[in-house]
Amino acid sequence: MSHIDQSKIRNFCIIAHIDHGKSTLADRIIEMTGLLTSREMQAQVLDNMELERERGITIKAQAVRTIYKAKDGEEYIFNLIDTPGHVDFNYEVSRSLAACDGAILVVDAAQGIEAQTLANVYLALDHDLDVMPVINKIDLPSAEPQRVIEEIEDVIGIEAQEAPLISAKDGTNVEEVLEQIVQKIPAPAGDPEAPLQALIFDSLYDSYKGVIVFCRIKEGTVRKGTPIRMMATGAEAEVVELGYFGAGQFIPCEELSAGMVGYITASLKNVKDTRVGDTITNAQQPCEHPLPGYKKVNPMVYCGMYPADGAKYPDLRDALEKLQLNDASLQFEPETSVALGFGFRCGFLGLLHLEIIQERLEREYNLDLVTTAPGVIYKIYKTNGEVVELTNPSNMPDPSEIEYMEEPMVSAEVMVTTEFIGAIMDLCQERRGQYLGMEYIEETRAVLKYDLPLNEIIYDFFDALKSRSRGYASFDYEMKGYERSELVKLDILINREEVDALSFIVHAGTAYERGRRMCEKLKEEIPRQLFEIPIQAAIGSKIIARETVKAMRKDVLAKCYGGDITRKKKLLEKQKEGKKRMRQVGNVEIPQKAFMSVLKLDDK
Amino acid sequence: MKKDLSIYIHIPFCVKKCGYCDFLSKSGSEEEQERYVRTLLQKMERTREAAGQYRVHTIFFGGGTPSILPAPLMDKLMDKLFDLYEVESDAEITIEANPGTLNPEKLSAYRNMGINRLSIGLQSTKDEELKLLGRIHTYEEFLENYEQARKAGFENINIDLMSGLPGQSPDSWKQTLKKTAALHPQHISAYGLMIEEETPFYLLYKEDVARRDRGEDPGQLPSEEAERQMYYDTAAILDEFGYRRYEISNYARPGYECRHNITYWKRGDYLGYGLGAASLMENQRFTVTKDMQTYLTKKYVYEDLVTLTAADQMEEFMFLGLRMMEGISLGEFHDQFHRSFWDIYASVFRKLEDQGLLIREKNRIFLSDKGIDVSNYVMASFLF
Repeated sequence: MSHIDQSKIRNFCIIAHIDHGKSTLADRIIEMTGLLTSREMQAQVLDNMELERERGITIKAQAVRTIYKAKDGEEYIFNLIDTPGHVDFNYEVSRSLAACDGAILVVDAAQGIEAQTLANVYLALDHDLDVMPVINKIDLPSAEPQRVIEEIEDVIGIEAQEAPLISAKDGTNVEEVLEQIVQKIPAPAGDPEAPLQALIFDSLYDSYKGVIVFCRIKEGTVRKGTPIRMMATGAEAEVVELGYFGAGQFIPCEELSAGMVGYITASLKNVKDTRVGDTITNAQQPCEHPLPGYKKVNPMVYCGMYPADGAKYPDLRDALEKLQLNDASLQFEPETSVALGFGFRCGFLGLLHLEIIQERLEREYNLDLVTTAPGVIYKIYKTNGEVVELTNPSNMPDPSEIEYMEEPMVSAEVMVTTEFIGAIMDLCQERRGQYLGMEYIEETRAVLKYDLPLNEIIYDFFDALKSRSRGYASFDYEMKGYERSELVKLDILINREEVDALSFIVHAGTAYERGRRMCEKLKEEIPRQLFEIPIQAAIGSKIIARETVKAMRKDVLAKCYGGDITRKKKLLEKQKEGKKRMRQVGNVEIPQKAFMSVLKLDDK
Repeated sequence: MKKDLSIYIHIPFCVKKCGYCDFLSKSGSEEEQERYVRTLLQKMERTREAAGQYRVHTIFFGGGTPSILPAPLMDKLMDKLFDLYEVESDAEITIEANPGTLNPEKLSAYRNMGINRLSIGLQSTKDEELKLLGRIHTYEEFLENYEQARKAGFENINIDLMSGLPGQSPDSWKQTLKKTAALHPQHISAYGLMIEEETPFYLLYKEDVARRDRGEDPGQLPSEEAERQMYYDTAAILDEFGYRRYEISNYARPGYECRHNITYWKRGDYLGYGLGAASLMENQRFTVTKDMQTYLTKKYVYEDLVTLTAADQMEEFMFLGLRMMEGISLGEFHDQFHRSFWDIYASVFRKLEDQGLLIREKNRIFLSDKGIDVSNYVMASFLF
C-alpha cells in the first residue's frame, strides 16, 4: 500500500441537521462498500459511544476508511470523516471539515432545510468544500423531494437537480451516492515529498497506546520513527505506530502521505498536547507555516459538580481526570460550597457538552452527582482597574468594587414556520434578544436573526423553543464577543441562610421575575419539615421575593391492618430513602434535585 | 412448654366494596363463599403437625366482612381451630362485622361458638356520610345490630370510626364521637381516612390530597387545620368518656385493649390463614397469595418469605413499638437483642428528643403528642 494513487482517494464528510439521517447514511456507505457485512454491523457504526447512540447525535468526530469498486472498474479509497452534530462542538466541526475535500449534504425530504443544515453548509463552503446534496427519507409518506431540491437551490444556491433521492434506512439509491462521491468530490492534492504538514482533527486517549491522533496529511509523508512536533503546543515525540481506520479498529501501515487520512501514536500522554486544529510537522525538517484555523477552545459554560455522597469526592476527581484525557476542552478545578461540600467547578463548551460529561460520570463511573446552575464567564471591570473573569457567582466582588460588567453574546438564527414567528419572537424578547432581522426561506418558513446573551440560552432555551413552536423551530448560534450589561448576583436564602450553591448572576431587569420564580419552584421542591421554612430571593441585603414552606403538621399512618407490617415498612423506607437524597443546609433538608430543577423555569 | 400464638383468618367477601377500601375483598356468591371456606379448612388441616406446638391466645376473623358468612360456615372454621390448636380458655376471639349482615340468630350462634369480641364497622353516625363512603347501612340499622349484640351477650365490642371524610366538619366528627361513646362500647378505633391508590376515592380525591400535602386548600376533603382539629378532638372527647388511648388510632376502657393487635405491635408470633393473610413466625415474615384462583387451586400458597435479620428486628421493634402510647421498653430491647439500645440508637434518639418528638421516662421511650402527629418521620428515623 506504500504507493497510493492520490486520484483514487476521496476524503469527505456528511453534514446534516439532527435526525436527517447522517449516521444511517454513513452506515449504508460502510456496509455497501463491503467493509462490514450486515451481520457485523451494529446500527450506526460511527457513533460508537453508548451515549451517542441513545441520543442519536454524534459527539466526537471519527473516521473510517473503506474501498469502493466504482462502475468505471477502478477501486477508490473512501475516507469518511464524521463530524459532531451540535453547536457546542462547532470548532471541532470546522476542523473535521478542513480535513475533507468535499461534503455530502443530507436533507430530509419531508422537513427540508433546517437551521443546522444552513450553518453546516456555510461552514463547509467556508472551507472551500464541494457540497454534494442528497435527499434522504424519500420513503416517508410526507416526503416532497422536488420541493426540497428547489429549496436547496433557492436558499443555499447550490445545484441540486442531480441530488440522489435515497432512503438510507432501506438502502434505496445509496449506490448512486457512492458513484457521485467518485465523480463529484475532488481527489486530494499535496506533495508527498514536501515537508510534513498534517492537520489534527481529533484525538483520543488509549491506556495502552497513549494518545492516538487522528489527522489528515496535507503535505509530505510520515513514517514510523519520524520525529514529529505539534506546532502550537510544541510537544515533540517520535512516531510509534501509524495507520488507517477500519470499522471500529485501527489498522497499522508503513506510511501516510499527502492526501491520506489516518492515525498516529507517539507515546504522548495527554490529549492536551495534541489539540484539535494543530499542525503536525517533522521536527527535523519543519514546514514553514502551520495550517490556518487553529484556535485553543475555551469553555463557555461553567457549573459546580458535587458528589451526592461527600465521601466520593476522590472518585469524582479521578473520573474527571480520566475524562479529561480524552477531552481537552473539559476543565475543572476544586471548589467548596457551604451547602454541597467539596466538589469541582467545571468548564464546558456548552450545555450539551455539560450534559454529556454529567451523564458519563453517572453512567460510566457510577457517581451520583449534584450539579449547580450552569453559568457563563462574566468580565468584571473593577474600580481599581482590575479585570476579573467570573466563573462562580459566589466569587462576585462586592458591588461597590465593580465599575461595570460584561457578558458574552451570541448571534443566533432561529428557523421557524410562519405561524410560530410571534411566539418565538416573544421568547427571544423575554430572553433579552436584540432583533436583527428576518428572512423568508419560502412562503411558510423564515429565519429570525437575533443577538442573545449566552446566559439566556444555556438553561432551557432549547426546550422553550421546541415547546413554543410545537417542535418546529430549529436553532443555531455562534459566539459574538462580550457586551456591557447590568448584572446582579441573585442569592437564595432558605430559612434565612444563604445557600451558596443556588446563587446566580442575572440581568437586573429580569432579576425580580427570576427571583420570584425560583422561590416558587423551590417551594414545590422542598418537602415540608417540622418547622416553617421561609424561602427568599435577595439582591445584596434586599429581599425581592418570598415563599414559605409550611411546617409539616401531620405525617402519620392511621391504620396498620391485619399484621401486614411489610407494607408499612416499605412506606417508612421510602421516606427514609427520600431523606438520603437530601442535603442538609443549616437545619433544613433540601432535595438534591432542587439544585437543578431551578433551571427549568420556563413554564409556558 | 407450648409457644404463644395469635391467629388471623381472612374472609375476603363483602356485600359491596366501599369507595375508600383497598383491602382484599369482593362480593361473592354463597357458592364462592362455600368453596373458599372449604379450601381454607383444607389449608388449615395441613398445618396440623406444627399446630401442636402452640397455644393460641387470640383469634381474629378479619376481612372483608367475615359476618357475611352464614353461621354454619363460621362454625366449621371455629371447630377446625379448636381441633388443631390448644386455645386458652380466656382467649380473645374477635369477628369483624358490618351492620346489615348481622341478625340475632347469627349473633347468638357466634357466642355459642366461643366468639367473645365483636368489631363493628360503623365509621360515622351521619347517614349522608355513610352514603358517601359507600356503606350499605344507616346509623339506625347499626343501632339495631348493636342492641342485638348486647342482648346476645357480647360484652366486648369495638366500634370503628373514621374521620377526615370528604365534606366532614369538625362538628360533625364530634357528634359521631359523642354519640358512639355514649353507647359505651369497650373499644373504639378512630382512624383518619387514607386515600389509597387503586381505590375509587383515589380518582376522586388525589388532587385534594396533593394540595393538602402542600399545605393548600384541599377542596372537598377537610383542610389540614380541620383534620388536625378532629384528631385532637378525638383524644379529648374519648378521654371524657373514660377511654384511654393506647395506640395511635385505638382507644379502650381499661382492660379492654385489643390483645390481638398488641401482638402485632409487640411482634409476638402470629399465623395468618386465608387470602392475603400475613404471618410472623419466629422472625420469619410471609404472606398468603393475594390471587384467589391461585389460592383455590394451588397446594402451597405462602409466598414472600423473609427471614428477618437482627437489624430488621430492631427496626420493627422500634417502629411497631412506638405505635403504642406506652412506647418501648429499653429492658426488653436488651433482652431481645443482647445489645444496649444506646449502642444502636443513641444519636437518633437524642435528635428526636431535642425536636420534642420523643419522651424518655425511666426505662421507656414513647412518642410525645407532637411525635404522634409526625410519627412516620419519627419511625423512619429508626430504620438503618
